[in-house]
Amino acid sequence: MSAPAGTVKVKVRGLSVSYGAVAALKGLDLDIASGEILSIIGPSNSGKTSFLRSLNRMNELNPRARTAGTVLLDGADIVRDMSAEALRKRIGMIFAMPVPLPLSIRDNITYGPRMAGVRDAAILDGLIEESLRAAYLWEEVKDRLNMSGQKLSGGQQQRLCIARTLALKPDVILYDEPCSGLDPISTAKVEESMLSLRKSHTLVLVTNNTKQAARVGTRTAFFLMGEMIEVGPTSRLFTAPADKRTEDYIIGRFG
Amino acid sequence: MKLSPRRLREFVIERLIFLSGIASIVFVLLIFVFLLREGVSVLKTASLGEFLGGHLWYPISAPPRLGILPLILGSLLVTAGAVVIAVPLGIAAAFYIAEVAPKRLRPVLKSFVEVLSAIPSVVLGFIGITILVPFLKSLLNLPTGLTAFSGSLMLAFMALPTIITISEDAINAVPREYRDGALALGATHWQTLRRVIIHGALPGIIAAAMLGIGRVFGETMAVMMVTGNAAVIPHSLFEPVRTLTATIAAEMGEAAKGSPHYFALFAVGIVLFIISFAINLTADLLLNRGRKK
Amino acid sequence: MRRELRGQKIGFGVLLLATLLVVIPVAAIVALVIAKGWGALSWEFLFSMPRDGMRAGGIFPAIIGTVYLVFISLAFALPIGVMAAIYLTEYAKDNLLTRIINLAIINLAGVSSVVFGLFGLSLFVVFLKFGVSIISGALTLGIMALPVIITTTREALRSVPDAYREVSFSLGASRWQTVRHAVLPRALSGILTGAILSVGRVAGETAPILFTVAAFYLPNLPTGLSDQAMALPYHLYVITTQIPGIPESFRYGTALVLIGIVLIMNVIATVVRSRASRKK
Repeated sequence: MSAPAGTVKVKVRGLSVSYGAVAALKGLDLDIASGEILSIIGPSNSGKTSFLRSLNRMNELNPRARTAGTVLLDGADIVRDMSAEALRKRIGMIFAMPVPLPLSIRDNITYGPRMAGVRDAAILDGLIEESLRAAYLWEEVKDRLNMSGQKLSGGQQQRLCIARTLALKPDVILYDEPCSGLDPISTAKVEESMLSLRKSHTLVLVTNNTKQAARVGTRTAFFLMGEMIEVGPTSRLFTAPADKRTEDYIIGRFG
Repeated sequence: MKLSPRRLREFVIERLIFLSGIASIVFVLLIFVFLLREGVSVLKTASLGEFLGGHLWYPISAPPRLGILPLILGSLLVTAGAVVIAVPLGIAAAFYIAEVAPKRLRPVLKSFVEVLSAIPSVVLGFIGITILVPFLKSLLNLPTGLTAFSGSLMLAFMALPTIITISEDAINAVPREYRDGALALGATHWQTLRRVIIHGALPGIIAAAMLGIGRVFGETMAVMMVTGNAAVIPHSLFEPVRTLTATIAAEMGEAAKGSPHYFALFAVGIVLFIISFAINLTADLLLNRGRKK
Repeated sequence: MRRELRGQKIGFGVLLLATLLVVIPVAAIVALVIAKGWGALSWEFLFSMPRDGMRAGGIFPAIIGTVYLVFISLAFALPIGVMAAIYLTEYAKDNLLTRIINLAIINLAGVSSVVFGLFGLSLFVVFLKFGVSIISGALTLGIMALPVIITTTREALRSVPDAYREVSFSLGASRWQTVRHAVLPRALSGILTGAILSVGRVAGETAPILFTVAAFYLPNLPTGLSDQAMALPYHLYVITTQIPGIPESFRYGTALVLIGIVLIMNVIATVVRSRASRKK
């Protein structure tokens, strides 16, 4: 395992996740650096999504999930030192299928801040423009903020979801195969937004698309059957992987 | 964790939600307890055997005779008659609506069934005693039209919506593959219905029948208005009878508080409560077992 | 092949016959009540007090009594029922307590209406000393309506996609915030439908109010919760079975008003339901 450059934002030690009798993640150790984009690749059922959902404690929504190990965010234990709600305001998540709430675009984006207690209309309006710009959606919807978010196209909806997450100003953003349902142009826009967010955020991207991982990630990790096989700078991993299994996956021997 | 006003409000709301959640349990227990509170005193006047098995119901004579056997038999007779009519009829209608009726007709038919389930039982009793009873009297040349049969007819009618809707659900829940498989082997729609779909929907249909029975057994007003007033052991379907439910409804007004009659009526209520519980429990177990498959 | 097709024709014919045997009497009954009761409906019938031992005048107090009973019973049953449904769909875990609650709801739904009447008599009238009064009747009816409200609300809540809840949680909302802002707004029309249907159910019930509130004749309208009241279903029962000499049109008219209330509620509920599903 290679150490990241810069300060450690998220520290994972001995993380294990199981659903009933099935172990999805077996004792993972990983450091995620501030400001990096960590891409996670691997075949399905390798534990990538379980890992992601452990970082913002979304696993707890599944009554059959059992989690063990420690995750530290800026040195604080995400279970013992803070509530799940507080955590999720600092670690946001973008899901594979865009799910706009049945509200207007405006209300979708301000949902998080409003739940957190923000009432001031001026602040909320500012958040709306800021988040939509960062998601590369502002120009397309700035005149129809009161329209229902569900009326947007698939690609626009996903960018709405990104803007919605950004409105909470999280430090870390988790992406769970965010472009799986999108056309190439929308995919490009999402990737562009990720790259520009990198300067001020830490991103973790789970993807089935190795080319996307190569385009976007500063570091890439390869997961297989619940374990992280290796992690390293993206260019190195793709050109000279240390483990044969990584190489086999990347060149497509299995998927 | 900070105890902000928002958190406090949430805490209170979530407590209220939990209390509402267990409210049903509380109410069921309350019903049982309060029935028992009055009903158990019937044992001061009659032993359990005399109460359940005695065949004389003269609650206001001195000494009072508190045997509810005629009432039990009255309820059973009327219920059995209703079941014999309603179950085949309801299942057949459910099959028609779910499988055979043209798609555009389906919502219309279903709304008829909904209307039927919405008609209050006192209105059906009113129609029964005004139209059905004299009609039966003249048709079958009876001394009075107030008979167990009239009761069975009305109750059958009232049980139909329950039987139809739940059977319909069961039929619709049969997986497409069963149907398609049989049709692909060359069976006609009718043959598929008879062999394959009935088999798949059977637990749900049986549950529907049981829930219908439960509904019928506990019915009060309609049956009270058309079955006459004779608390004696019935010998045929075409005589007046008295059901457990009608007895309570008709006599509670006259029963002096604290009298053996009063306690006996509560005891009848306990009997009804237990029987309804048993029927509905069985029906629900059947429904859940059918669904989990 | 022809023999099988003929068998099918006969079989389907039998099914059709069965359906007609169900459908035609329903239509006939409604038509009959409308036909014979329509004539009695007049301003006087609906809005004046009865005279001459119910043989003349109107049924206004019975209508008012029913309205009071419905309102108060639902004021009690709706909040409890909706919150109970929220508990079961959003908070309850899959454990023994939840199974017992579900059992209790089924049991409550299956209790005979006259047993509810006995219960109301024993608890509210006698033990709590509310006496034969609107409050006793309304509380009894409320408990009766509870299973219906819980069931319809549960369905409405379940129809809201889980994805909404997931998104709300991922944005840092608490469970109650998620229920209140992401789930309830979508379920509202379903809950409303259930409430409207309950109105019809409660308005038509006779047995629970027999010993808890109903009076046959009261000279004045009820003024408070502890007053007795007349009510439509009880009124219909008495004028049908216990008072001779009442004009037939009065009986049908009362039945028509009662059926009318119930059917109008059903229609409104259906409209609400279809409007909501069209919006989605």
